[in-house]
Amino acid sequence: MENTAVELAKKQREIGVAEFFSRNRHLLGFDNKKKALLTTIKEAVDNSLDACEEARILPEVLVEIIDMGSDRYRIIVEDNGPGIVKAQIPKIFAKLLYGSKFHVLKMSRGQQGIGISASVMYGQLTTGRPAKILSKIGAAEPAHYVELMLDTKKNAPLIVKEEVKAWPKEHGTRIEIDIEAAYQGGSQSVDQYLKQTAIINPHVQIIYTNPKAQQIIFPRASSTLPKIPEAIKPHPYGVELGVLIRMLQDTESRTLQSFLTGEFSRVGPGTAKEICSNAALLPDTKPKAMSVQMAEKLYQAIQKTKIIAPSSDSISPIGQELIEKGLKKEINAEFYCSVSRPPSVYRGNPFIVEAGIAYGGQQDKEGQINLLRFANRVPLLYQQGACALFKSTVGTNWKSYGLQQSNGSLPVGPCTVLIHIASVWVPFTSESKEAIAHYPEIIKETKLALQECGRLLGNYVRKKERVGDELKKRGYIEKYIPHVSIALGEIMKLSKSEQDKISEMLKEVLEKSRGKLDDMEFDPEANQEYDEEMARIGKDEEEE
Amino acid sequence: MRVADEIKNVADGIYKSILSHKSPTLKTPLRSLQNVRYDPKLGYFELNGKFKARTLTASTVKTFAQTLRMMSLSKQLIDSDDIATKRESYYVSKNWGDARFHEQMESDTVMDDIEAMLMVNREQLGFIPEEKGGEIAGQLVVIDKDTESGKELRIDCTKFGSGAYSVPSSVEDLKFETKASFILAIETAGMFQRLVKHSYWKKANCILISMGGVPTRSCRRFIRKLSDEMKLPVYAFTDGDPYGYLNIYRTLKVGSGNAAHINKYFCVPNAKFLGVTPQDIIDYKLPTHPLKDVDIKRIKDGIKNDPFVEVHKEWKKALDLMTIMKKRAEQQALAQWGLNYVISDYLPQKLANQKTWLP
Repeated sequence: MENTAVELAKKQREIGVAEFFSRNRHLLGFDNKKKALLTTIKEAVDNSLDACEEARILPEVLVEIIDMGSDRYRIIVEDNGPGIVKAQIPKIFAKLLYGSKFHVLKMSRGQQGIGISASVMYGQLTTGRPAKILSKIGAAEPAHYVELMLDTKKNAPLIVKEEVKAWPKEHGTRIEIDIEAAYQGGSQSVDQYLKQTAIINPHVQIIYTNPKAQQIIFPRASSTLPKIPEAIKPHPYGVELGVLIRMLQDTESRTLQSFLTGEFSRVGPGTAKEICSNAALLPDTKPKAMSVQMAEKLYQAIQKTKIIAPSSDSISPIGQELIEKGLKKEINAEFYCSVSRPPSVYRGNPFIVEAGIAYGGQQDKEGQINLLRFANRVPLLYQQGACALFKSTVGTNWKSYGLQQSNGSLPVGPCTVLIHIASVWVPFTSESKEAIAHYPEIIKETKLALQECGRLLGNYVRKKERVGDELKKRGYIEKYIPHVSIALGEIMKLSKSEQDKISEMLKEVLEKSRGKLDDMEFDPEANQEYDEEMARIGKDEEEE
Repeated sequence: MRVADEIKNVADGIYKSILSHKSPTLKTPLRSLQNVRYDPKLGYFELNGKFKARTLTASTVKTFAQTLRMMSLSKQLIDSDDIATKRESYYVSKNWGDARFHEQMESDTVMDDIEAMLMVNREQLGFIPEEKGGEIAGQLVVIDKDTESGKELRIDCTKFGSGAYSVPSSVEDLKFETKASFILAIETAGMFQRLVKHSYWKKANCILISMGGVPTRSCRRFIRKLSDEMKLPVYAFTDGDPYGYLNIYRTLKVGSGNAAHINKYFCVPNAKFLGVTPQDIIDYKLPTHPLKDVDIKRIKDGIKNDPFVEVHKEWKKALDLMTIMKKRAEQQALAQWGLNYVISDYLPQKLANQKTWLP
């Protein structure tokens, strides 16, 4: 026995985080070549947008994909963001779990500090080439050029080359990565991702050059930047025991009372005292001196104490107006509606669900509805079936809103449903950030949003049916009145002109009582926002 | 000319209404069992005075137009002294463009509405039915006219051998001579054949009439005229089932809810029901079939809605008995006891004992 244990001990060693992820690349969204392309671009673009917004710069992002043959692609993403100081460049781009967003509770696209470094690592694994970064933080500053690789054993950056370059841009960052990938059109394509990004972020301008060297510009539709979400401290309900213990160790507060009021949101002196008394701990207990048992008591006391919900200043929803505008741009429908729910909370994290519907018009009447999912303004293209937003849509009874639906599946009808969830921490089912975890609070809020939209949709569909019936009846009048006149003419030997007079008068009598009718015919020209060329992107290449 | 004038009056009313900017209305008596009353002294279903007023609106404009066009056709027929069968009228409508009928059922209904609205018989409107009126054999001479020469024609109903005389569609001008002592109205052609084959009419000194299901108007009118003018009693012999009781016999005796405006002339109030009664099924140990869902529904409906059943408690008892038995029997089931048992035993026994009959 002893010998075996010793033998085993020789093999037992630490697993590097980068080693782990290089083996489990599917966890990061690199399960196949097509998806690798999307994930890389997505991570780079998300970072660019986050950086621009934080610096209050209207984002202008260049995306270029160059086909280098034998399944290799060069990806270039360049932004006009604030740039990155020289010392930070290597860690940001070539160290996993290094970032500014993980420790800050506010809404942003990136969360963990994995994405772009993972792309660099994937590029290096599949092509052996370093990532090339160019960044400049101001007009008076030089542009720094760095070629980077990632030491997967140590999870540390390796600088291959470093120099100062001239770059006419005032500020911004450019990344160039070579990866093994596949380029395809369709609903899960880069094209589709960029288009949906442009729709949901109207303040962004994207200039995209695809591997066929075709340039597509998604122009900026609004020059208002979204409200800056404020960073908030964690809410006590959202903190787990382990995190609480670490926070107790790390805090600079001298007393438990000041620890509670200082490190958490929504905890004032009163609430802090209540927590302490619920935990049977003195408010002046030294946090660093607290034992694990005491921390556990504190944790349980927090769950018992009533604490108001976290502030939603940390999230900035898209807003009903922009959601409808976005839908109009993409879909030429006859009816649009949208709903922005009030903030809600799961596990201490505030979140907001928004939904929009585009109905009828030039949409397919036979197939299932089109579901567009977004989380913190990022389109979600993969793993629809595993997503809480999908589950909520399927679990909503659409039959009462005028769509057909069989149990356990998406409704059928000429309809597009857009759902956006904004949160300081979006709970994804995996690091690749494709599907949202099934928190009951999130499913409930999403359903409420869909029901609100659904009721508006139902009203419209029913009204349309009514008008349709009415038009049919009016058609009847036109059709059969002449026969009344003919018959009366035959029986009473009336002249043709007398018969026409009867028809005329009878029509007046009948239509007098029916009143004015809303025109509900679909007018393809009515939607001024609709961009036909843009709508086609990522659609007609489906078959390729 | 009276009917043609009536049609003109209706048209005139509609015309005036339109000229004064009002939506015209057509008033027809409601044609259903709900709108008839039954007075046993009178002997037939009478209209109860409920009307349906069809005001011209978007949803009624089609039927309205069709009704008027049908009335116009009727007036043309009367004016030119012509006739059209119900089927022909349906085909005439095919010239009416959008107002044409798609099924003969639709045109028949409109025709019935006009009939009821003007309180006339459809023959007076120039429309004649398709169906034949039943078959006659036995001690009767029908006096008709030769269609070409107009000379009197004497038709001896004993001289048809194994065949029979057909009741024409119009019976008003017929005259009769007979020494028979009663009329036997039979539901099925099969039973009629048997009785004719064995010259039962000779044995019983009667007139045999095959109704072939629910008797047509002309068949009912024929039996009524014959019974009235020759002072003959009428006995009905049908299957022992709700259809035989409530559709065939009830319509023969008191008329129908659907054409209540003309029942007065088209029924035989003195008819009596000889068999097969529910009690007969028990007494004669007849082979049976279980009641079908439609049978049960018909019985329930009859007990609840049929004024005839309401007045005649004996019928209610009979229907209740059938409900308990849950069984029905056909006329031909008597063959269980021998093919000619009906002639040798059943009919003589029944005729001798009127207590086993139903009113």
